[in-house]
Amino acid sequence: MSMSHIAASSVGVDPGPRRSLEAASPRHGEKLIKIILGMCATVSVLVTTAIVVSLLVPSVNLFREVSIREFLTGTQWAPAFANPTFGVLPIVVGTLMVVVFAMVVAVPIGLASAIYLSEYASRRVRKLVKPVLEVLEGIPTVAFGIFAFSLLTPTFQDLLPGMSWRGPFSIGVAGITVGLLIVPLVASVSDDAMRAVPADLRQGAYALGASRMKVAVRVVIPAAISGIVAAFVLAVSRAIGETMVVVIVAGAGDPTLSFDPFQGAQTMTAYIAGRATGDIAAGTIVYDTIFAVGALLFIMTFAMNMLAIRLVRRFREAYE
Amino acid sequence: MTAARTQLAVSGARAATERTFGTRSRADKVGNTVFQAVLFLGLSLALLTIVALITWAAVKGGQRLSLDIITNGPSTVDPTQSGFRTAILGTVYLIGGVIALIVPLGVGSAIYLEEYADGTKWWNRLIELNIQNLAGVPSIVFGILGLAFIVRGPLSLGFVVAAGSLTLALLVLPTVILAAREAIRSVPPSIRDGSLALGATPWQTIRRQVLPAAIPGILTGVILAVARAIGEAAPLLLVGAVTFVRFDPNFFSGGYSALPVMIFNYWGRPQDEFRVLAIAGILVMLGVLLLINSTAVYLRNRYEQDW
Repeated sequence: MSMSHIAASSVGVDPGPRRSLEAASPRHGEKLIKIILGMCATVSVLVTTAIVVSLLVPSVNLFREVSIREFLTGTQWAPAFANPTFGVLPIVVGTLMVVVFAMVVAVPIGLASAIYLSEYASRRVRKLVKPVLEVLEGIPTVAFGIFAFSLLTPTFQDLLPGMSWRGPFSIGVAGITVGLLIVPLVASVSDDAMRAVPADLRQGAYALGASRMKVAVRVVIPAAISGIVAAFVLAVSRAIGETMVVVIVAGAGDPTLSFDPFQGAQTMTAYIAGRATGDIAAGTIVYDTIFAVGALLFIMTFAMNMLAIRLVRRFREAYE
Repeated sequence: MTAARTQLAVSGARAATERTFGTRSRADKVGNTVFQAVLFLGLSLALLTIVALITWAAVKGGQRLSLDIITNGPSTVDPTQSGFRTAILGTVYLIGGVIALIVPLGVGSAIYLEEYADGTKWWNRLIELNIQNLAGVPSIVFGILGLAFIVRGPLSLGFVVAAGSLTLALLVLPTVILAAREAIRSVPPSIRDGSLALGATPWQTIRRQVLPAAIPGILTGVILAVARAIGEAAPLLLVGAVTFVRFDPNFFSGGYSALPVMIFNYWGRPQDEFRVLAIAGILVMLGVLLLINSTAVYLRNRYEQDW
């Protein structure tokens, strides 16, 4: 009985016991919920692990038969022939052709769209254009491929009649189509980067008498450069991984090593798609090549994605 | 003294400005106009792509657009009587499975990462990095995962709808998680603090305050992920959606098809009627996707709130 208690009870008020801020019960339910949610989050890690394992095991099988050096430097790719060769370079070159043509299209168009949206467009224009770009991003690649095959390829063949066209397939047109497909990606990532540049940098340049173009080119772009580069890197990663457009527009034809954009060619993704839909028994060496090519694809895109993530982080640290 | 220094500072600033930006000349004004025109041209090209694609599909495939192509199954004998019935049903089944998987998994992961995870711990950082990377893994690689892990290997489901659903769900999961995290992050901390101060437990705070406020954003993310899953063909090629099925699908047995895969299949046939049918299928698919996308945009605009 402390003095205050005596005082309090004498006037008939019960202050009650002193309550701490600790929870009244151990709340096991709360801990359980946290564990369940944490398990949801680890699913994604398990998915990556499963991808790596499923690519690695058959690849190791293949590299028992074929040396890694032969695989990476050989220029003949004919794993299913009676006299098989396992040089992956022809389909890697096909993939790189697609990437080059895609970037030539996507970088200027995507960057121009982003600068316009972030520096010139009014709020109303932004509100209208952004959803439209999202629609473009959401168009299925099958639709894009068929569109390009039946409209773009004939158009290019009419415009450039003297070139080495052979039949309806062309790796160059496939690359250009993939470029159109990734414009929204380049535009939205660079637009986000440029809009994150603090307004006072712009105001400062305007105060010094700079024009809108100078502010965009000399202030905003240099300030947002790592975000913009991240957009390009992500675009390369998307172009490497695109399948349907390449299968439809470039044909999954014979994989010979060639740098001719006007003819059909095979890429890594097209090889996987074409080979996996054929009936081949699991455990054969041809079946293993699907996974070896998949592993190479995964390593390439993984490197690109990590680079993009780092660039975006660096950008965020600078301005947010 | 001060006046002289001010003058010096002003002329220094002026010199620096002129050296950096020059004076506004006529050439500068022309350059600005040209620059703006080039930018506008770039944006127009992007927008033109969509217009061209939709116009092309309408012109080429419009003639075949009728209820028949939705209600008729595929037929190799008579292209004029062929349709997308089994493929559309297959897609409906696939997407049903995808939604059932991505909503709990995606939202659960997002809540954990935003509300519970201690960002300084290495494993939480690993989870974050891993999700960002998964978002950029090519879809065909998910197809390989589906083939090796789900169709064969540990899960051994075989070439059935459930395998396709699971593969597509894993493919779009990162998109859902990223969108749901954005939505949860946009709920201001003061709301949480107020709820906790009034004696709510962390989970009560999330369930009664944070989630209701974040639902429109989460829903938008789920809808966009579903739209992406509807259009994906490449991974499905590897997990069995290639058969020319004449019967309606079943979740755990028998072959199945999906709309984009069926379009690809018809496109690969020699007869012109099948090719036109494929373009009509594209038209159907674009219609569905436009509907879905506009729903997402409407939701976003309708419920966007500034706290």
